[in-house]
Parts: sequence; structure tokens; C-alpha cells
Amino acid sequence: MAALTIATGTGNWFSALALGVTLLKCLLIPTYHSTDFEVHRNWLAITHSLPISQWYYEATSEWTLDYPPFFAWFEYILSHVAKYFDQEMLNVHNLNYSSSRTLLFQRFSVIFMDVLFVYAVRECCKCIDGKKVGKELTEKPKFILSVLLLWNFGLLIVDHIHFQYNGFLFGLMLLSIARLFQKRHMEGAFLFAVLLHFKHIYLYVAPAYGVYLLRSYCFTANKPDGSIRWKSFSFVRVISLGLVVFLVSALSLGPFLALNQLPQVFSRLFPFKRGLCHAYWAPNFWALYNALDKVLSVIGLKLKFLDPNNIPKASMTSGLVQQFQHTVLPSVTPLATLICTLIAILVQAILLPQPPEYLGIQPSIFCLWFKPQGPRGFLRCLTLCALSSFMFGWHVHEKAILLAILPMSLLSVGKAGDASIFLILTTTGHYSLFPLLFTAPELPIKILLMLLFTIYSISSLKTLFRKEKPLFNWMETFYLLGLGPLEVCCEFVFPFTSWKVKYPFIPLLLTSVYCAVGITYAWFKLYVSVLIDSAIGKTKKQ
Amino acid sequence: MEKWYLMTVVVLIGLTVRWTVSLNSYSGAGKPPMFGDYEAQRHWQEITFNLPVKQWAKFINPDWIALHTSRGYESQAHKLFMRTTVLIADLLIYIPAVVLYCCCLKEISTKKKIANALCILLYPGLILIDYGHFQYNSVSLGFALWGVLGISCDCDLLGSLAFCLAINYKQMELYHALPFFCFLLGKCFKKGLKGKGFVLLVKLACIVVASFVLCWLPFFTEREQTLQVLRRLFPVDRGLFEDKVANIWCSFNVFLKIKDILPRHIQLIMSFCSTFLSLLPACIKLILQPSSKGFKFTLVSCALSFFLFSFQVHEKSILLVSLPVCLVLSEIPFMSTWFLLVSTFSMLPLLLKDELLMPSVVTTMAFFIACVTSFSIFEKTSEEELQLKSFSISVRKYLPCFTFLSRIIQYLFLISVITMVLLTLMTVTLDPPQKLPDLFSVLVCFVSCLNFLFFLVYFNIIIMWDSKSGRNQKKIS
Repeated sequence: MAALTIATGTGNWFSALALGVTLLKCLLIPTYHSTDFEVHRNWLAITHSLPISQWYYEATSEWTLDYPPFFAWFEYILSHVAKYFDQEMLNVHNLNYSSSRTLLFQRFSVIFMDVLFVYAVRECCKCIDGKKVGKELTEKPKFILSVLLLWNFGLLIVDHIHFQYNGFLFGLMLLSIARLFQKRHMEGAFLFAVLLHFKHIYLYVAPAYGVYLLRSYCFTANKPDGSIRWKSFSFVRVISLGLVVFLVSALSLGPFLALNQLPQVFSRLFPFKRGLCHAYWAPNFWALYNALDKVLSVIGLKLKFLDPNNIPKASMTSGLVQQFQHTVLPSVTPLATLICTLIAILVQAILLPQPPEYLGIQPSIFCLWFKPQGPRGFLRCLTLCALSSFMFGWHVHEKAILLAILPMSLLSVGKAGDASIFLILTTTGHYSLFPLLFTAPELPIKILLMLLFTIYSISSLKTLFRKEKPLFNWMETFYLLGLGPLEVCCEFVFPFTSWKVKYPFIPLLLTSVYCAVGITYAWFKLYVSVLIDSAIGKTKKQ
Repeated sequence: MEKWYLMTVVVLIGLTVRWTVSLNSYSGAGKPPMFGDYEAQRHWQEITFNLPVKQWAKFINPDWIALHTSRGYESQAHKLFMRTTVLIADLLIYIPAVVLYCCCLKEISTKKKIANALCILLYPGLILIDYGHFQYNSVSLGFALWGVLGISCDCDLLGSLAFCLAINYKQMELYHALPFFCFLLGKCFKKGLKGKGFVLLVKLACIVVASFVLCWLPFFTEREQTLQVLRRLFPVDRGLFEDKVANIWCSFNVFLKIKDILPRHIQLIMSFCSTFLSLLPACIKLILQPSSKGFKFTLVSCALSFFLFSFQVHEKSILLVSLPVCLVLSEIPFMSTWFLLVSTFSMLPLLLKDELLMPSVVTTMAFFIACVTSFSIFEKTSEEELQLKSFSISVRKYLPCFTFLSRIIQYLFLISVITMVLLTLMTVTLDPPQKLPDLFSVLVCFVSCLNFLFFLVYFNIIIMWDSKSGRNQKKIS
């Protein structure tokens, strides 16, 4: 019996959680999948049937390869397993092929790769040392963090219903964060470099990594007050870090450099021809900007300030991904978004803790290194980088909110303030993913899972921080409760009204704008909390 | 209850699992002309809505139930509608009963109550049959559970009413009727037949008669109609058993074709006698010593006796035994988990026919993990934990060396699980030999039947040797 106990992992709650969520993922196999399913099938076909030189040129299907080379190699390896399931899926000309075996193989591959994510969560749990509130298992920070990460609603529906491979990629990111916490900087750097070459969206958080590694790893010692000791600069470390990054990039891009295909690869990776917003507006700053523009133009038309003939034909809200002009407010170019993002990152890097002698604003991103708060400060910087890029980036997908939510989970079990911001961000962010699943059979699933995650996260964090002041004020509570009626209106009431035919985009518009308010608020609150922390840090040192 | 949010989370998990299972195939999907239970339910809706025609049906979709023309109707929207009705019925009747039952359990911590609810809600058999195969068992089982709850908490009248509703919804609930009757009779006797007891007896009789009359009133207009209803409900013409089911007669049939040898009325008598002989001891004890614990165990043993020995039993009737076993999960977690696993396994041929292999495996594993983590069942295999202590002591009076009971049971469990896993693998991967096309189904039924016989003996032992119930309890409930 003892052997059976060990085999089933009874004493280990972590295994039970991991196994439980894996079984839930298996139950989600027959659900709706989006065009991303066909995308990955196509990439399996491309990497299996064609030579490397053709990978980034192949365009039989509209879903061309637009991830970095490591992901292509990953698909190549998968394709060798795929051929035992269904050989037909590896044919490049079999567009939209989705036999039951294909579905089974693809779904299982996502579930299987999540093993890396589970391992990373385990490593992260070892790193946090939150408050010890009670002896009960369900009140321990490790337990709460495990549930928040393993059973994350966004990751479940994006990976296992909509269909993507974010699980193991976030696993790599969380693992690299854990390694940095454990002061294994080289491994952390290596893992992040590898991650970048799997999916380049993680470039958003690269500045945080760069600055932190430079400051905390390359300078081996600090002065007593925590500021930089220039003489402790270690060339060996800088060079070894650079070497690691260089080797990884060489491994990834080397073959394409040899084939003189680098420009083509980059044009696939960074398609700037797409519009400011995705077909469904990600709930960021530009969604609010667009909405304001629309409102002003409607008012302007009604009050006869604008000439109807001057308004451009292409409407932002028609759902097509194309270039368009704003009517009233100035139009936004890619350069403008880049500048906004950089300013946001710079300013927040500036607001990180200052040494007492610096009272003004430091116009340099290298401020992260004037008083590094160790790995925790790095994590905050990373979260803010991700969130700022989401707020101001060009052609942001709503799924990118996960890039901010997952690292923030690690912060949420540490401090009450962080928990409050995390809950607003995560609830609104998850709700904004609802339009991804628009089919009727999936409606109960997304509502049930959302309720599950939201109720658990709010109540467990409230219990964890019950000795401090309440997590939400009345305004925030009201806003979060408003999500319920919003959902009822959009999914249950609106389809039966007469507006459905004339203005079909209204539910998407409402969802996007409502969530944008919440996410902007969370972003702003995180800034303010960092500012207050730095002020406290200053007064403590004085 | 302070941990209400955890209970809500548990209910949400239960609902999520149910809905995801319902995304799979259903009984008789795409298989004309007979189709299956799904078509049966739709057909009944067709009949009840059309004769006489009801106005409000027009708002949903008249095509679904148009008389005669809607036979075999299958569409995505209709499937969604049917699945939603099952979920709503479950949510309104069965799930609240389970939650309330777990909250009313005594002498266990809040965490264990919530874990208990989780395990009961994750029981695979009911989920797979209701949401996969397609039936509305949760309605009748829910009402029966309300009945158990009412009676255990001394609201005898409401409990009886709920149980009468259960019987009138599905006549299979008669399997549970005897224990209800015996327990209530016992309570009346205990209160004294000359005073309060008699009053209670009269009140109960009135409630039962009234509820039956109310339900059957539309069919009492003609004698012939009533008889026709009875004939439909109790199809004695159909024979001792149908298809493959894990009861005694089917297993006997493997060695000796009794179905063909013995005449119909002898079969009836044989089945009737064996059923009642096997459940009599427990029922008599319940009348003499009514207790809540004894009531629940008697529900199990009675239903199991009926399942094993009765006439025209379907494999889905095992759910009637599983519900009471779920109720005693907190008292004997190890044996209950074992039984519930076997009960799901016994329906394997049916589930495979409906292409529900993946949901079956996944839900069974989830249930197993939930039970193992919540109750640490492998640590609860001592004699005392299995409630066999008094039995072992009695046996040791004659056989002093009888100390290895718990070890035997552990080995039996291992053998049972290994056999079930092997049989499942064989049924899925191999083809049966040409001469014996039903080989695997018969093997599944046979193995399950052996397991069930063992459990029948076990539960009866617990009931008969349960000496504490009469003396130590301060009140009946």
C-alpha cells in the first residue's frame, strides 16, 4: 500500500493540482478551436515536408511561418511524432485538414508540453517566502500561487481551447525568473535567450532582463548604501553573458544567415503593415483613444462641426485588419507607439528606488541599477515592462495580457497592495479574452471557468491578507461587479435586439473599452505603488 | 459555513466537468433508425408537448418536437438545448441536495465536508450517463437524496414527499423504497404505536397516498389506461435480463443458459425470492433498530440486492446503488471509492458504444485522485476503519488466528483494480475472437458481478454487526 501511495502522490498536493488540471485539459479536447489550429498544422507540414531554405518563403497557406527559428525546429520535432498519428496532416496542400487523429495529436502535444510549465511553477513556489498566516494548507502562499498559475483561466482557454503553445513558453520565462531568484544568473540568461528565439513577443520584457543582469550580475558588489561600486565591474561575467546570448542567437539564426535569408525572416517576424489595432481591439490605451475618436466624430457630425465627406471610408470597427486614419484626434503611427512605450518603460525604470542623493528625475533606464531591490525589484520591473508594452504597443493582441498577468501572480502573494492590483488586472484581463470564444457550446465553459478562477483568487488572497486593510475600495468593487451585467448584456440580451444587424460590433466595443478602463487603472496603480515604495525606501535610508 | 467560497469552487468544478463531458457524443448519435436514449427523451418531449398542443413550445423551435416529422431530429442547436436542460435539472435538484447533505454531516471538519462534496460531485458514473449517454437520472436521484436528507434530519413528512416524487419520476427508485419504509416504520414503533408513533404513521400514509394520487390523476380515468401504464413501467414480458448486465442471472447464464431452460414464471419466482431473501435481514434490523447510519447502509444493501437478483435490470441501475454509497463515503472512504470505481467500470461496454472512452478514463482518474487526496484512503485500511472490528472479534472467538482481514482486503483491491485496468485495455485495443464476439462485455460483467457480490456480503456484515447504533446514540437521527 505504501508503494501505491507514493505512486499516486497522495502526500503531495502539488501533484494533485497538476494532475487535476491536466485531466481538465483532456476534457477540453473536443471544444472549439480557432484558426490557430490550422496555423500550427500548416507549420508542421512546412517543417516536415520542405527543406530549411523554404521554411520562411512558403506561402501556399495564408498562415505563413512568423515565429523565430527555434519554434520552427520545435514543430519539426513534433512532426516526426505526428506522422504516427495521421500522415495526411503533414501535407502542405491539405489546407484546413482536421481529422480526429490530428485534433488528438495537436491537443495532446499542448498538454504534454505543459510539463515544462508545471516544473517552472514548482521552481517558483520554492522561491517565494510569503507571509505565514495559518497552518492550513489552503492558506499557504505556495498553495495559492500554485493554483493561480497552474489553473490560470487565461492560459487554459487560450492554450487548450483557442489553441496555442503558450504554456511551455511561459514555463521557460517563469523558470528563468526562478533561476534569477536563486542567483543562478547564467542559467536565467540562457533560458531567456532561448525563449526569445521561440517567440519574439518576449522582447517586450527584454529591457528588464538586460538592465537587471548588467547591474546585479556584472557588478559583483555594492557600496554600503546600496549604490553602485564601479570598481567591482567584472569583465568575465559580461563576456560570458554576451557569449551565451551570442551562441544561442547563432544557433537560431545561423542557418538563415548562411542562406542569406535574414531580411525575409525579419519581415515575417515583424509585420508592420498591419493596423494599430487587431480586429478585436485589445483593451489598451489605443482602444480608449479609438473610442474617444469615434465619440468625438459622432458628436462632431451631429453638431455639424465636421463635413461627412471628409471622413475616411475605412472604419476601424468593421473588424478588418488594415491601415486607417483617425477622424478627430491625430493619427497614430508605429513610431509614435514605440516612443510612448519607451517613455513608459523609462519613466517606470526611473521611479524605481533612488539613492538618497537623487531627488530629481533621472532620464535614463540605467536607474534600475542605482538601488536594485534584488530579484523582487526585477520582477516588478518586468511586470511593468510587459504591461506598458501592452498599453502602448502597435497591433497588440489581447492575449498579450497574459505576459503581464503571470509574472504578477508571483508578486500577488507577497504584498496586499500587489494582490489588489493583481486581482483587478487579472479579472479584467481574463474577461477581455471572452470574445475569443464566441461559440454557443463554449459559453458555459468560459463562464464557469472564469467564475471558478475569479472566486478562488479573490477569496484566497483576501484570506491571506485578512489582517491588513481590505483589498478593494467601493469603486473597484463596483467596477468588478459591473462585469457581470456587461456579460449578460453582450451575450444574452444583445443578440435578441434589433441592433444586432445594424451594429454587430457593439458587444466587442463595449468589452474592449470597459476592460481598457480597468487595465489602465491597474497599470497606473502599479506605477503609484512603485513610486510610494521608492519614497519609503528613501526615508528608511535617511 | 466559513468556507463557502471553497464549496462554490467545488460546485463550479462539478458543473465544468459535466458540461465538458456533454460536448461528446450521445447515445445513438447518427445511428438510425433506433437511435438511442437521446432520441427517446426527445420523442417523449414530442409526445407530451403535442398531445394536447401547448402554446409556449412555439417560441423555442417547433421543428424539434413536430409530431411525427421530428423523428430522429439531430442538430447542433437541439443538442445544446437538450444538454442545457440536463444541466439545469442537475443544478436545481441534485447539486443543492449534495451540498446540503455534506454541510449537515456531523463530526467532521469543514475541509472534509468540502472534500466530500467534491468527490460526490465528481462521481463518474452519473456524469457519464446523464451528460454523455443522455438521461435525466439526476432528477430522480436528487429527489431521493432530498428524501434521505429530510428523514435523517427528522423532517419525515417532507422527506417522504420528496421520495414519492422520486418514485413517480422514475419507477426504478422503488429499489430504495423498502429501506425508507422500514426506517420510518421503525421510527414509528420507537415512538410508541399507541401515541406519537401512530400519529406519525397516519400522517406519512396520507402524504404518500396524496402524492401518488396527484401524480397519477390524469391516468386514472380508465382502468385500461392505468393497466397500460403499469405494463409499460414493469415490463415483465421482456425476460430475466436484456443485453449484458453485471448481475447474477447474466453471469449464471455464462455457465448455464437459465434464460432458455426455465419457464418464464419460474424465473420470476426465483428472482423474487432471491431478492427478498438477500435483503430481509438488513430491513428487519432497520425496523428494530432505526438509525441514520443503519438507514444509509441498508439503502446500499437493498439496492445492491435488487440490482444483483431482480428482473430486467439494466446496467445503468447501478447508479441507484452508487448514490447511497456516495453518502457513506465519509465513513468508509476506502471501500466506497473501490465500489464506485467498479460501478463505473461495469458500464464500460455501454460507454464504449457511445464513444465515451476518453471522458470515462479522465473522469475516473479525476475521481480517484480526488478521493485519494481528500481522504488518504490508503491509510484507512485497518479493521477499525473498515468498520469490521466487531465482526473480526466475533470470528476470532472461533478462529484465533483470524488477524489478516485488512491485508486480504488490500490484496483483493489490488487484484480488482489490475483486472479492471487490464480488461479495459483489452477491450479497447484487441478484437474479440470470431466465435465469441461478446467475450469482453461478458468478462466485464462477470468480473463486476464478483466484485458486487463481495460488496453485498461486506455491507451486510457491517449492518448486522453494527452494535453501537442502538445503545450509544442519544437520539435517533
